[in-house]
Amino acid sequence: MPLLSVRDLQVDFTTRNGRITAVNRIGFNVEPGQITAIIGESGSGKSVACYSLLGLLPTPPASIESGSAVFDGRDLLQMSERELREIRGRDIAMIFQDPMTCLNPYMTVGNQLVEPLIYHRKVTRAQARERALELLAEVGLRDPQATIDQYPHQFSGGMRQRVMIAMALINEPRLLIADEPTTALDVTIQAQILELIAELQRKRNIGVIFISHDLSVVADIADDIVVMEKGHVVERGDRQAIFQAAEHPYTQKLLAAIPAGSKPPADAVREDLIQVRNLCTWFPQGRGAEPLRAVDDVSFTVQRGEVLGLVGESGSGKSTIGRSLLRLVPVTSGEVLFDGTDVTGLAGAGLKQMRRRMQMIFQDPYASLNPRMSVYDTLAEPLLLHGIATRKTVEQGVLQLMDDVGLARAFVRKYPHEFSGGQRQRIAIGRALATRPEFVVADEPVSALDVTIQAQILELMLELGREYGLTMLFVSHDLAVVRHIADRILVLYKGRVVEQGTGDALFNAPQEDYTRQLLQAIPGRGLL
Amino acid sequence: MTSANLTDTAQVEQGTSLWKDAWRRLRKNRLALFGLAVLTVFIALALLTPWIAPYAYDAQNLDLGASPPSAAHWLGTDIFGRDLLTQILYGGRISLAVGFVATAVALVIGVTWGAIAGYVGGRVDAVMMRLVDILYALPFMIFIVLLMVVFGRNLLLLFLAIGAVEWLTMARIMRGQVQSLRQQEFVEAAVSLGLSPATIVRRHLVPNALGPIIVYTTLTIPSVMLLEAFLSFLGLGVQPPATSWGLLISYGAETMEEYPWLLIFPGAALTLTLFALNFLGDGLRDALDVRGSGD
Repeated sequence: MPLLSVRDLQVDFTTRNGRITAVNRIGFNVEPGQITAIIGESGSGKSVACYSLLGLLPTPPASIESGSAVFDGRDLLQMSERELREIRGRDIAMIFQDPMTCLNPYMTVGNQLVEPLIYHRKVTRAQARERALELLAEVGLRDPQATIDQYPHQFSGGMRQRVMIAMALINEPRLLIADEPTTALDVTIQAQILELIAELQRKRNIGVIFISHDLSVVADIADDIVVMEKGHVVERGDRQAIFQAAEHPYTQKLLAAIPAGSKPPADAVREDLIQVRNLCTWFPQGRGAEPLRAVDDVSFTVQRGEVLGLVGESGSGKSTIGRSLLRLVPVTSGEVLFDGTDVTGLAGAGLKQMRRRMQMIFQDPYASLNPRMSVYDTLAEPLLLHGIATRKTVEQGVLQLMDDVGLARAFVRKYPHEFSGGQRQRIAIGRALATRPEFVVADEPVSALDVTIQAQILELMLELGREYGLTMLFVSHDLAVVRHIADRILVLYKGRVVEQGTGDALFNAPQEDYTRQLLQAIPGRGLL
Repeated sequence: MTSANLTDTAQVEQGTSLWKDAWRRLRKNRLALFGLAVLTVFIALALLTPWIAPYAYDAQNLDLGASPPSAAHWLGTDIFGRDLLTQILYGGRISLAVGFVATAVALVIGVTWGAIAGYVGGRVDAVMMRLVDILYALPFMIFIVLLMVVFGRNLLLLFLAIGAVEWLTMARIMRGQVQSLRQQEFVEAAVSLGLSPATIVRRHLVPNALGPIIVYTTLTIPSVMLLEAFLSFLGLGVQPPATSWGLLISYGAETMEEYPWLLIFPGAALTLTLFALNFLGDGLRDALDVRGSGD
């Protein structure tokens, strides 16, 4: 008998523009001792479906129109808020995406851990603390005795997620719902957390619902996979079936969107466009403290026309390198020669001229566009600033850019908030290309996007790169993405270059331990 | 392709700017609309006063003296037989002008000051904001009284004096806004496009910081009007025969037991305006709050 059996679930939202059916008559089972993954892009209803089971959706605007969710012989959807409160945290526990916002910053980790135990199990504080220590050790926290009385900000992201998992497990739940638990984490940490969840699930024989937008994340751990699109379940099956014989076109599209393979090697040896020599970018940390060495003595070259990938975890300095080249952060020492000119010494008109030739594409398409400027204003600004178009020709220039990045001309008067994430990223790419730059720094340009959109944007960037003859520095934490787009890859660790080489060389014969670790951490490398 | 392309094609979809979106939400707020309507009427009356006032503002009728509302004098007359409606209309001109002009002065100084301090940062910011702190610490009422005593009572000076103290909070709000905005990637993008700092502040920062500023402005106007009323009440603001609501209330208060209408009507005019501004300010705060846009 399944642990949880969802049938015919429909959830509607009442919005300003009428009713929207977010979850449309879906059904799935979760077996004890198995991991069921629910996969879908943003807006597919995957989170809404799971939140509605626990009565965690605000009603209104949400309303559960129909369905049943039988857990342990009782229908969750028919329970009162009081009964649900008994179930939540005791029989069914949740882990969320962002461990920072889910922990109370003013309470020690220990106090937060024992709270649900005291509430649900009526044990003494001392017993609860004992249990909390055991669990923290089990989820892999080093030295729980010392850390249990620390506050959440004293933990790293991965450690916080471990604490969240401990908190979820403390009442011995039989069902664990994990909502994108690794999306905010670095790739190596992600691998550790995935392994931890799978291990705990086996050991305790509990059921897990794992919600994710990314099929590859669950490739190693899921038993069953449910694929959702626009509120519907489009395909359901065990892992083998989904990865090897997906039937529904949407599932196939998701699989195809997982970046794979590497770019064919460039043919001719080309001249260097950029030479970085002994670049250091340090950030002062207040009086007396050692400066943060974000970039520490880094040297490399970028050849004209190539895409150089920069990979590393958060804190490796990869974004800071890109920003240093463009003079968006002050460089501490070292040289950045762009076409023979040292960029670090430029100021005034010389700097403005150089800025025209080097542009940047940012990670967050929601923050990188001025919300008060229409597409037209956003794209016209660089054209007019650098005299690329005159008042008379600017309109034509804007429309040309929109064509290039694949945006319908009809949208020219629209504002950023009226676009989807992928469309916004197209606008941002258009803005970067408006000055006809020779060199573009792309800082995690696809990591905020859904998988299928990610594939489209990568394709667009490759195509525009060829068309415009761009040289690109592509910064990402995702090795698979970088391998797909870059000619050469630089691996960074703590502000230093650890290894460099072509994608194939790095993947097939990594020289350094750290590179091997990164490769090991790519989820689903076996199945793909 | 010609440049006429864009304007000719009918299928260009009109976008909804955030301002339009805010206006759409404001329109649904009845109290705010009521406030806006009251203000519009009052401002129109103030502008048209010289033509519509039933009497000259200094026309006395000592024979009549203080008389209650009647057909000839809708709101009655004061002890000199001056028509109260006329007095309120002329007083409104002064009071509203003080409110709006002084706030505008505060707005211009505060926004510029705060934006520069917030964007440039570092030492410049420290010096600019310490100056604000010092001015904050001065007992501003004494400051204004002193100005009035030294330079004589003068309407322009009153505007400047009030504006000069009200910009401080404006500057602080603006600086906070700009500091959080300049962390955003669209500002970095503007830098990497090669825009000058002045352009970045003007085109990218100020428009995005205006929401809270507008709200604060609508709440500053009433406080400035009250300040003027208070100064006039003390005898430091507007000088007779010119008048303001504050002055009228001050006279009305002296004789409120015998001639209550002299207090009630100017008081009502001031109260209604303050209500209107506060409703509008509240409505604007809700309308401009981006988090409310998903309703």
